[in-house]
Amino acid sequence: MPEGVSRIVEDLRLANLTKQFGETKAVDNLSITIPAGSFFALLGASGCGKTTTLRMVAGLEDPSAGQVFIGDKDITELRAFQRPVNTVFQSYALFPHLDIYENVAFGLRRRGVKDVDAQVGRMLELVELASLARRKPSQLSGGQQQRVAVARALINKPDVLLLDEPLGALDLKLRRQMQIELKRIQSEVGTTFVHVTHDQEEAMTMADTVAVMNAGRIEQLGHPADVYETPHTIFVANFLGQSNLIAGKKVTSGEIVEVAAFGLGFKMPASRNVAPGMNIVVGVRPEKITVLDLHDEDKLPAAHNRIFGVVTDVSYTGVSTQYLVETPWGQTIIAFEQNSIVGDRCAVGDQVVLGWAPEHTFGLDPAEGLTSGLDKAVVELESDPEA
Amino acid sequence: MRWIRQNVIGAIAILVLLYLFLPIAVVIIFSFNNPVGKYNLSWNEFSLDAWSQICGVPGVCSSFVTSIQIGLITTTFATILGTLIAFALVRYRFRGRSSTNLLIFMPMATPEIVMGSSLLALFLNLSFPLGAVTIMIAHIMFIISFVVVAVKARLQGMDPRLEEAARDLYASPYATFRYVTFPLVLPGIIGAALLGFSLSFDDFIISFFNAGTLVTFPIYIWGAAQRGIPPQVNALASLVFMSALLIVLSAQLVAWRKRRSLATR
Repeated sequence: MPEGVSRIVEDLRLANLTKQFGETKAVDNLSITIPAGSFFALLGASGCGKTTTLRMVAGLEDPSAGQVFIGDKDITELRAFQRPVNTVFQSYALFPHLDIYENVAFGLRRRGVKDVDAQVGRMLELVELASLARRKPSQLSGGQQQRVAVARALINKPDVLLLDEPLGALDLKLRRQMQIELKRIQSEVGTTFVHVTHDQEEAMTMADTVAVMNAGRIEQLGHPADVYETPHTIFVANFLGQSNLIAGKKVTSGEIVEVAAFGLGFKMPASRNVAPGMNIVVGVRPEKITVLDLHDEDKLPAAHNRIFGVVTDVSYTGVSTQYLVETPWGQTIIAFEQNSIVGDRCAVGDQVVLGWAPEHTFGLDPAEGLTSGLDKAVVELESDPEA
Repeated sequence: MRWIRQNVIGAIAILVLLYLFLPIAVVIIFSFNNPVGKYNLSWNEFSLDAWSQICGVPGVCSSFVTSIQIGLITTTFATILGTLIAFALVRYRFRGRSSTNLLIFMPMATPEIVMGSSLLALFLNLSFPLGAVTIMIAHIMFIISFVVVAVKARLQGMDPRLEEAARDLYASPYATFRYVTFPLVLPGIIGAALLGFSLSFDDFIISFFNAGTLVTFPIYIWGAAQRGIPPQVNALASLVFMSALLIVLSAQLVAWRKRRSLATR
């Protein structure tokens, strides 16, 4: 869309947006600003309120309180068909009685736009479907239908494009392909994309900004790498990737915070600790940990945090090897090791030392509980001594 | 053994189809009969008399036209009313909705003889003159139920996200109905109308009670059966059958052509 360049795109702003269904608050006092032209992902488990948020922006759901702004314009009271916002629906919702061309032309025709033919032609080029213009949606593959859904929404040059789990129905390989495709289209048209997904990998690969949502609130918002490397809540640490969490007490504060737990000391830069009190949960991502045989402990840099334990499981996954290590206090630590080492790997039953840099350590507030953000079924399975 | 096993389903299918189509074949064949005497029951000789003088017997054609007229008017009213009821039942929550849902089945569940006689009692009590109007009132009443059921099924099967998508794509409530909802429900409405017409055209019991002196096609045949059915009745029945067949075949042809044109593209 070359003429898109001259268009002024404006920020999408949600102010104290709330949606109440009976007693439960699906969306709880949400206030965020999504910068114009960015690719924004709302990430969360099903039922966290992410789709409801999207529907309120689209105008398909009325908020119980709060406002939606585009630029300075309050669009809260506008009805869905009056908003400069378009949606790519989960399972696409293509009109089955219309062919691809008419599906894509639908929005233009409703607004009485003149050069429908040229615009539809260009849009179908963009999503590489020009040859299928006269097919019906049912005659297309899942990936093709998905592209029609994107084209049908984008042709209207909305200020904001909303994507509701757009890749959920596709198989893994196609999903990867479409992730790249969507990213390409977004950078080509420069529209603000708001992408709702429960797939953390998808959110991290595609988005400039990720917002992790839980129980109607945003837990943490930021660049994917920042949110992953420095989670601010136990929910985020557990939901976005995996984390090893050890509960302890603060010993010293200052530039470097030191935490004592189970007779060991863990250090981290004060900037990576968000716990307000004396109780701190020490966290580290599995791929940051080096696994060494106990005899090789002197190979670890002196400043590294370390845990001693016994290997209980080794699984080779191709790219990396996953170790489960049991600590003397009975906790299982997960560590990933790149399969780039030469020589023997550690084996089950080996006494090992786990080491990682203080800069890879983060400190969290224990108030919400160590299992927050974990899959409930997994928690039950792991706490069951029989399993 | 193996040959039997491979062909047994086909053989059964042929038998079932024969069972279904034999009576129709007999009707068509006997429209070319030149019967001895009044009863067109045994084959005598081939003749085109019944077809060339299709209105040759007094009353046949006029009753046929009467039934067609009643069918068309009835279908129009019943389809419009039934479609509106179906939309109301599916789209709106109102007081008495579930009882309406239940009551709509009543005319279908009531034996026709009961419905016909009670309607007659009602019309007599109101001193309403019997004739085409009373037949149409009776027909519209029971055909509405069928239309409601057919259109409701279609509406309920429709993905609600399609209408949301239309609203999202700048379609006003009217445009959403005009360009999305209505076209998607239309096949259900057409099906309901075809069913309604055949129900009205075919109805004997309720019509008989409420016809007064009016003679519809089924009533004519019933009367003729007492005195011997002329082969013209067979010819007209064959015509009806063939026009129904024509509708089905042309629908198939359109679908087939569409498929083929897509395959070659």
